[in-house]
Amino acid sequence: MTETPAVELRNLNVYYGSFQAVRDVTLAFPKHKVTAIIGPSGCGKSTVLRSINRMNDLIPNARIEGEVIFEGKNIYDPDVDPVEVRRRIGMVFQKPNPFPKSIYENVAWGVRINGFRGTKSQLDDIVEEALRAAALWDEVKDKLHQNALALSGGQQQRLCIARAIAVKPDIILMDEPASALDPIATLRIEDLMRDLVQNYTIIVVTHNMQQAARVSDYTAFFSTDESRTGFLVEFGPTAQIFTNPKDPRTEAYITGRFG
Amino acid sequence: MSVRPRFDPNRAARHRRARIGMVVFQLATLVGIVVLMALLYNIINNAFGLAAIEYRIYPATLGLDLETLPQTPRERLLEILETHLSPGLRRSLERTRPLTQRSNEELAALVLERVLQPKVLDTWPLVPSLLHTQDIVAEVHARFPQAEVRWVRWLNTRFLTRPQSSAPLRAGVRTAILGSLWLVVITAATALPLGVAAAIYLEEYARKDRWYNRLIQVNINNLAGVPSIIYGILGLAIFVRALEPLTSGAVFGAVAEGVTANGRTVLSGGLTLGLLVLPIVIINAQEALRAVPNSLREAAYALGATKWQVVWHHVLPEALPGIMTGTILALSRALGETAPLVVVGASTFITFDPVHPFSKFTALPIQIYQWTARPQPVFRNLAAAASLTLLLLLFLSNGIAVYIRHRARQRRLV
Repeated sequence: MTETPAVELRNLNVYYGSFQAVRDVTLAFPKHKVTAIIGPSGCGKSTVLRSINRMNDLIPNARIEGEVIFEGKNIYDPDVDPVEVRRRIGMVFQKPNPFPKSIYENVAWGVRINGFRGTKSQLDDIVEEALRAAALWDEVKDKLHQNALALSGGQQQRLCIARAIAVKPDIILMDEPASALDPIATLRIEDLMRDLVQNYTIIVVTHNMQQAARVSDYTAFFSTDESRTGFLVEFGPTAQIFTNPKDPRTEAYITGRFG
Repeated sequence: MSVRPRFDPNRAARHRRARIGMVVFQLATLVGIVVLMALLYNIINNAFGLAAIEYRIYPATLGLDLETLPQTPRERLLEILETHLSPGLRRSLERTRPLTQRSNEELAALVLERVLQPKVLDTWPLVPSLLHTQDIVAEVHARFPQAEVRWVRWLNTRFLTRPQSSAPLRAGVRTAILGSLWLVVITAATALPLGVAAAIYLEEYARKDRWYNRLIQVNINNLAGVPSIIYGILGLAIFVRALEPLTSGAVFGAVAEGVTANGRTVLSGGLTLGLLVLPIVIINAQEALRAVPNSLREAAYALGATKWQVVWHHVLPEALPGIMTGTILALSRALGETAPLVVVGASTFITFDPVHPFSKFTALPIQIYQWTARPQPVFRNLAAAASLTLLLLLFLSNGIAVYIRHRARQRRLV
């Protein structure tokens, strides 16, 4: 890879109190690609993901060592504002979590709180654009002012994606975005990820290996040691990881012999 | 190799135990209901019933009807007052304000008070009044040949709209109701903003792994259990004594004559009750904030929101119904508090309404307490009527709390 990565982890260690959750991860996520993070439960996939946009800051006793380089700067430097980091690196969660407000407000809120100064119609355009990008517009255009919680689970998750897109991030982190959805809704989310990767870098944590194989360009496989600390085993193009893994542990996992 | 487990289901015994459990729970519920019914029965029983009333001059002899006394023609009232008042009394009344300038209600009140002079000799609770009407009438005729037996609803509109009086038939609870409302308003105005702010700090900002925050939390939990009389003493020391210039309204200058009473004002009472319910409001608000799912906070943070934006735009609105119900229940408790008000110096007998925060005041529980302490049996009935009033106010405020919760739930399902 000659191109500069979208975000790069350097010797990342994450601790919750005295427990080390992730050990010494060094990993570069390529730009405008979907990178899947896979691995058994408790291997620190979500922890790594959440440390990329400083969501771990919200957990009282979480502590981070190492660097997360985004646009040439360590986002954990004291002069970096986590609020700005999270605007630039958005996140979609495992369980759809729309705000208990209207569909329109769900998308417009992030834009507004980030200091949007423009007319109502400009805001309308941003909302429409985001909903179109999330492949939700046609389903909700006639009920923009209805409560978002009335949508189906799959629609809610796409709304969350639209909400994340609306603030124009560079990277979208997805933490098992389809695990609470039925197979059809899951497929729609996967299609959406392929569409979005034209404009965004996507990092997705998934439990579902078929999903990783279907949607991702690159795959990072994590595992745990005896002390339940997670670490990176192998990273590479998805095709290679799934057909010709270098590490026997990766092979054991993807062939279903463990995990 | 696996050992096949041997089961001794003994289902009969398990079912029996389950049945015993159910019966115990039902009994516990039943006891609660019975106690509540007994309480209501006792209050209602005393709030209505027969009374033996004696008049100096019986209304019938003057062709008056007690129920419609104020609608009696004005000339007739004036004429009665003319003929039945002693000249000395009439002169002194005229000096205060000429009779002809007084309203019909005032004249009717004068007729009742000065001419008819009803006097309650004895009263009977509702149930005996209903079951043994004949016996009671006979008994009254034997004991008080002059007296008239009448049905009295002690809780009536006149009772609700008249100020306190030493004559039981004219006594009312308007002053006390207004005093209680003033107290609740002042209590809410202090406890709600302070309590919610403290709860937001403790839930959203304070790091729970710091010892000082844990100390604060433990203290608040304990303060919620401090006996209310202690708060009364605190209020006496702080609001009535130390802050007297403030709570008496002296520093604010112009204050109507006769209404102020040094630091023993409705403001002091309200602030004391505010302190009393503050820990409860904080704990309730904390519960409500804790019930807001973390996923909502994360969703907002992930969009680049600041802490303030997360709390103000999402967490607080989501928690508000819970905070409101909790607060209203806390205020209901304040509405029924007696002990701290006694200490802070609620008046036991005032006949004028509280008109501003620096007024002397009384409250419904104080009024009830004062009436139950009177030796004459008739005040028992007034106390019962006032209790019923207080209960109705509490039902009303709890009803509002239920309604708010219901509304919030509906809104979420739209």
